[in-house]
Amino acid sequence: MQKFSGFELFRRALGGHKGWQPQWRTPEPKAEYDVIIVGAGGHGLACAYYLAKEHGITNVAVIERGWLGGGNTGRNTTIVRSNYLFDESAALYEHAVKLWEGLSADLNYNVMYSARGVLMLAHNHHDEISFKRHVHSNNLNGVDNEWLTAEQCKEFCPPLNISSMRYPIIGGALQRRGGTARHDAVAWGFARAADARGVDIIQNCEVTGIRRGPDGAVQGVETSKGFIGAKKIGVSAAGHSSVVMAMAGVRMPLESFPLQALVSEPVKPAFPTVVMSNTIHAYISQSDKGEMVIGAGTDAYTSYSQRGALHITTHTLDAICELVPQFRRLRMLRNWGGIVDVTPDRSPIIAKTPVPGLYVNCGWGTGGFKATPGSGNVFAHTIARDEPHPINAPFTLERFRDGFLIDEAAAAAVAH
Amino acid sequence: MLIINCPWCGARPEIEFRYGGEAHIARPADPSALSDQEWADFLYNRTNPKGRHAERWRHIHGCGRYFNAVRDTVSDFFVATYKAGEPRPDIAGETK
Amino acid sequence: MTGSFRTASGGRIDRAKPLAFRFDGTTYYGFQGDTLASALIANGVHLMGRSFKYHRPRGVVSAGSDEPNALVDVRRDDARTTPNLRATQVELYEGLVATSQNRWPSLAFDAGAMNDLFSPFLPAGFYYKTFMWPAGAWKRFYEPKIRAMAGLGVAPTLPDPDRYTQHYAHCDVLVIGAGPAGIAAALAASATGARVMLVDEQAEFGGSLLAETAATLDGKPAQQWLADGLETLAASGNVTLRTRTTAFGYFPHNMIALAERVTEHLASPNPNLPRERLWQVRATEVVIAAGALERPLVFPENDRPGVMLADAGRTYLTRYGAKPGTRATVFTACDSGYRAALELAAGGVEVAAIADLRPQVHGDWAAKALDAGIDVRPSTVVTGTLGRRRVSGAHLAKLKAGAVGPAETVACDLVLMSGGFTPSVHMFSQSRGKLVYDPALQVYLPGTSVERERSAGACRGVYGLKAVIEDGYARGEGAAKDAGFGTSSPRAFAVEAAELGTDGFIGAVPHGRNPAFAKAFVDWQNDVTSKDIALATREGFRSIEHVKRYTTTGMATDQGKSSNMNALGIVSEQLGVGVPQIGLTTFRPPFTPTTFGIFAGAARGDLFDPIRTTPIHDWAAERGAAFEDVSLWKRAHYFPKTGEDMHAAVARECKAVRSSAGIFDASTLGKIEIVGPDAAEFMNRMYTNAWTKLEPGRLRYGVMLREDGFVMDDGVVGRLSHDRFHVTTTTGGAPRVLAHMEDYLQTEWPDLDVWLTSTTEQWAVIAVQGPKSREILQPLMDDIDLSRAAFPHMSVREGHVCGVPTRVFSVSFTGELGFEVNVPAEHGRAIWEAIFKAGAPYGITPYGTETMHVLRAEKGYIIVGQETDGTAVPDDVNLGWAVGKAKRDFVGKRSLERAAMSAPDRKQLVGLLTTDPKIVLEEGAQIVAEPGVKVPSPHPVPMLGFVTSSYASATLERSIALAMIKGGRARIGTKLHVPMPGGSIEVTVVEPSFYDPKGERFDA
Repeated sequence: MQKFSGFELFRRALGGHKGWQPQWRTPEPKAEYDVIIVGAGGHGLACAYYLAKEHGITNVAVIERGWLGGGNTGRNTTIVRSNYLFDESAALYEHAVKLWEGLSADLNYNVMYSARGVLMLAHNHHDEISFKRHVHSNNLNGVDNEWLTAEQCKEFCPPLNISSMRYPIIGGALQRRGGTARHDAVAWGFARAADARGVDIIQNCEVTGIRRGPDGAVQGVETSKGFIGAKKIGVSAAGHSSVVMAMAGVRMPLESFPLQALVSEPVKPAFPTVVMSNTIHAYISQSDKGEMVIGAGTDAYTSYSQRGALHITTHTLDAICELVPQFRRLRMLRNWGGIVDVTPDRSPIIAKTPVPGLYVNCGWGTGGFKATPGSGNVFAHTIARDEPHPINAPFTLERFRDGFLIDEAAAAAVAH
Repeated sequence: MLIINCPWCGARPEIEFRYGGEAHIARPADPSALSDQEWADFLYNRTNPKGRHAERWRHIHGCGRYFNAVRDTVSDFFVATYKAGEPRPDIAGETK
Repeated sequence: MTGSFRTASGGRIDRAKPLAFRFDGTTYYGFQGDTLASALIANGVHLMGRSFKYHRPRGVVSAGSDEPNALVDVRRDDARTTPNLRATQVELYEGLVATSQNRWPSLAFDAGAMNDLFSPFLPAGFYYKTFMWPAGAWKRFYEPKIRAMAGLGVAPTLPDPDRYTQHYAHCDVLVIGAGPAGIAAALAASATGARVMLVDEQAEFGGSLLAETAATLDGKPAQQWLADGLETLAASGNVTLRTRTTAFGYFPHNMIALAERVTEHLASPNPNLPRERLWQVRATEVVIAAGALERPLVFPENDRPGVMLADAGRTYLTRYGAKPGTRATVFTACDSGYRAALELAAGGVEVAAIADLRPQVHGDWAAKALDAGIDVRPSTVVTGTLGRRRVSGAHLAKLKAGAVGPAETVACDLVLMSGGFTPSVHMFSQSRGKLVYDPALQVYLPGTSVERERSAGACRGVYGLKAVIEDGYARGEGAAKDAGFGTSSPRAFAVEAAELGTDGFIGAVPHGRNPAFAKAFVDWQNDVTSKDIALATREGFRSIEHVKRYTTTGMATDQGKSSNMNALGIVSEQLGVGVPQIGLTTFRPPFTPTTFGIFAGAARGDLFDPIRTTPIHDWAAERGAAFEDVSLWKRAHYFPKTGEDMHAAVARECKAVRSSAGIFDASTLGKIEIVGPDAAEFMNRMYTNAWTKLEPGRLRYGVMLREDGFVMDDGVVGRLSHDRFHVTTTTGGAPRVLAHMEDYLQTEWPDLDVWLTSTTEQWAVIAVQGPKSREILQPLMDDIDLSRAAFPHMSVREGHVCGVPTRVFSVSFTGELGFEVNVPAEHGRAIWEAIFKAGAPYGITPYGTETMHVLRAEKGYIIVGQETDGTAVPDDVNLGWAVGKAKRDFVGKRSLERAAMSAPDRKQLVGLLTTDPKIVLEEGAQIVAEPGVKVPSPHPVPMLGFVTSSYASATLERSIALAMIKGGRARIGTKLHVPMPGGSIEVTVVEPSFYDPKGERFDA
């Protein structure tokens, strides 16, 4: 792997940048691999990277229907945080945040992890109790999170409107180590580092079937480029997880919904942090390029169309213009949709499946980006050892049978 | 905003309706007779197809009735709507 | 006075209306009908902006919404500043104030232009390769620097005072774009009687006809034909015409979103008008007549001010009467360059040379140019330009067998370029229609439709005025026919216009210079050059989506309108594969940047969400109550007397209820009337409790589960008769509970004979609580005996209070004797006041939700959503008694049998008493077994549970708390600890009932 650094950049500039090599190869698939990962998003590529780096498994293919990083990795609003309520979730997302903090150096690729803080706004007493419960739980779980008064919220994020609104802000929970990262760079950095360790990334190759032997165990995948053998298959296909798992005959507790996001035209720095309001449904941050990056919850009905409804967008911008009324004159530059797979308890599944040799990492809903390195890391462990890492051990498929749910959303319950 | 053809009221805009999840998942007559896995299948497992999907909608800001629809989850377009209790229409043809 | 580059006559500007405006502090003059760009050009000002990355000086490139360079900030006052507006779209008005962006200290001398010197070290994606050391420096050091350099304009800093409105409309045929094709389509469709809507983003209808000076239509000058056509449309009665209206989004089922700019072009906007309007138009049929955009040529230094699209240069002259220069060099790959050269020459601009990429010129354009004395050079490229803040010359070189010969420098202050035209397929693509690559035209064209739309004219690759108008007419007629209307009368168009052919070029033009030092721009605004794209392909970025994201080409505020096809051409050449194999980036809404305000519309402040108030709301407001938001409701939170804070008011209110009587507005409670022969059976299935044996006239506390076994809602239910229940729900839960009931009733048990009716807003509910409540209420009752013998606790009676029909519940959420008086909402305030008056001798005290919470916590009553959180089953919150064990089934029952629901470490509801009675625990605080745990803890500490409710109890003269604790019931009597930043707090686990645990006061 060519080293990336300021010096190298300088040196190669003198040669007109002719010396840069491809950041990854474009290989033809081999007949067989030790492990096949279906889906070259951030999670799949991270898994391949950690399989090679931490488990010495380098005979790995990542198979991608389109272009790598082209699914939710390339469509999300890049928020990273770990201030989750339950021990299981906090451990998982904190594992990811710790990896984020060293990721650029580890991958030798600047993923621009920017810990500018994630501020979640409380608009009523119920929010306040819920957020304080998070704060206290996080502080005993080694996760930073603090309660701010409305005035402290305003001080931390001066553009915020905190009072002249329908649901005034009464405070907020701030995780200072939370922030954003450059989504494409995450996919590219993992792809480059995995490729350098021998992983084949096979793009424009659609998986059309999963072949199972007489014993039920997986034998490989049928693809648009022919059959590719493997004793172990990890499915990391985000919104298409149900579709891929159905190829192996596994029904999943998943539904796929559209998730929209939008950006404004770029402006000079005007919004210093990430602000989320679950109560009025919107979040916003400003990218390094200057665009306001805005999102909200999913659309109402299941869909693979990768677009959402205008009335959902208008509702999101209602909320943004209420939170930051001076942004009413900014203009939407681009609006798009992704497909997010949602489990009944809105927590992911990172687990073995009833099919021998088949592993699945799915159900991240609207929050998968933040977990990318941690998710790939523990999924690699699960595949390599055929048993989960302690961190993902609770995130099984069987929890839905037995009732051991990890319901973060319900814990922020709405009844009153 | 989709146009949805309520079998009782006719074509109306999507904001009058609420989505109700996959259709034709009947609640077991005797839940206690089911194993935990069978109960979880009923409660949580969904087809989630990429293509034609039989699903429930409620005309919540209209007649209030639940009804069923077949919709293509790739285009979002409806193929058919029909009253609750009626069988899923046998619609030939490929997903767009 | 209006600019030395203004022509003596001609154009569509109103020379009788001069306008003064300011740009970067200098006052200039223009005319009504100018854009900011045309007015600046008329004043000889070409330097209008700086590029995003290298801060290179930039001038206007286009004359429309595809402009990448000339972005300005327009300021009306401190709150009304708008960044990133295209000077080509900003209409001039008297007093307009515009400033350039992304430069410091001034547009002419920009310190950021240092970046240009360092540009060899800043290739595409350079930031991915560096700034990684030392760890953490990205966020602290590099990122702030990069962020400050990036961005374009400055966001407004004050709340936008302007209004935006939202409208819906329907039509039979919507025509998007009012150029020649759109006008013809509207004429054809309207002639059938169809309701037609014609919209265009520009200030005037006409599109390319507005710059047309030579062509004739039906024997008339083009602009006369246009005026006549518009008159016909305006007079037809079934046509809606909207200028300054951009169709920006194509949504399913032919819903088109339009943004209309209503007042932005006016010097003194009418305050009664909105600034902009959002239109959501449902069209039976759509005609897309969006035209085509001229494509730049990618050659070195093609970004200097004074280098612009050929048709833009021509448009400034013929439409705006502004000469874009004095001496022009034209670089073209098609006939458009010739037309521009000839019209500019006729308008007094010297044309130094036409460099034509093509070896041969078709038609008679070359002859016309030679006749006009223009130096025409086939097989010639521009290999670079001179100048800094304005182009001063161009290097022209011959192409021989693909090799670039020696360059000759031509002095000029204007370079016009044309690489042909790219059809605007944005709206078609947004409609999910499939695009097809046309290798002859080297563009994508509309293929198979998904929606009921058709494209017309140049946006589907039909070129030439006659063909475009005929196509528009046929498509407009077709659209009306498909919408169910007849045909319009056949119409032939006599058109005399110069044909431009279909030649063009995509990709980078060969230049023969050292590629390390030649910057040929593909995406002007984002400073993406052809070598950036080549670098990306070298580094393995082969999909166009990868190239776009790595180089940022096509990601500027024009979203690739000028750059996309050239980028595709370069990638195609670099990889040696055809354009269709590289893919195409997706066309997403909006077509052009669209103001946030129109999406938000009127939804601000009190109109952000509906406000629900009770019939007693105004009484409470008059008394100075503090309110809290509970779902959409405003509820009285407490009733402070002068000088009281919440704590003092609540203590007083609590004492009043415990010692005498309080009055509470419980109207927000959800209410559902369940009626029918199978009502009890339905209740049995929906609630955990058994209902069959509940006698009419009695109440029961009901618990409702979701099918997954978790507590969903609770409430007191009255049985009024054998077949009628009065169900109450939590305030926020009412719609959810009714929907849940309807779901099961309609889809699982349609055989049950039951009707459900929401009665939440039909009843005002007045809770009178306290030992004196019976004495206060009894005299007001016309026909209800409140004595305990006649009216036991947990009963319901129907009758009259003060002559008004009522349902009275003997129910208590406070632990005291109490009644809830339900009366029809319209009588709510009168009855409330009557009770208040009757209670005055007893010191009846109005109380709010905070006191209600304290009183119920003293009794240990849960609030769903506070003690429960969507993960609690009934037994967790000590409601196991409410679960009908003998019932065969109810919603949620089967789920309770799962392993996790009886796990020994489930959290259970308990009470907590702090060792120090003065300490009020924080709600949400966590509970651990060990003392002295420091907060925050650097490593995970096992947590046992958390505080759900916590109050200072005036009655008990100490703090109390409820908590959910793992295995909590077995821990009663033990000490636990609540670690807080200020130190750990010791607590004792107790039964969750602090006051009158035996319930003797109900019968006081």
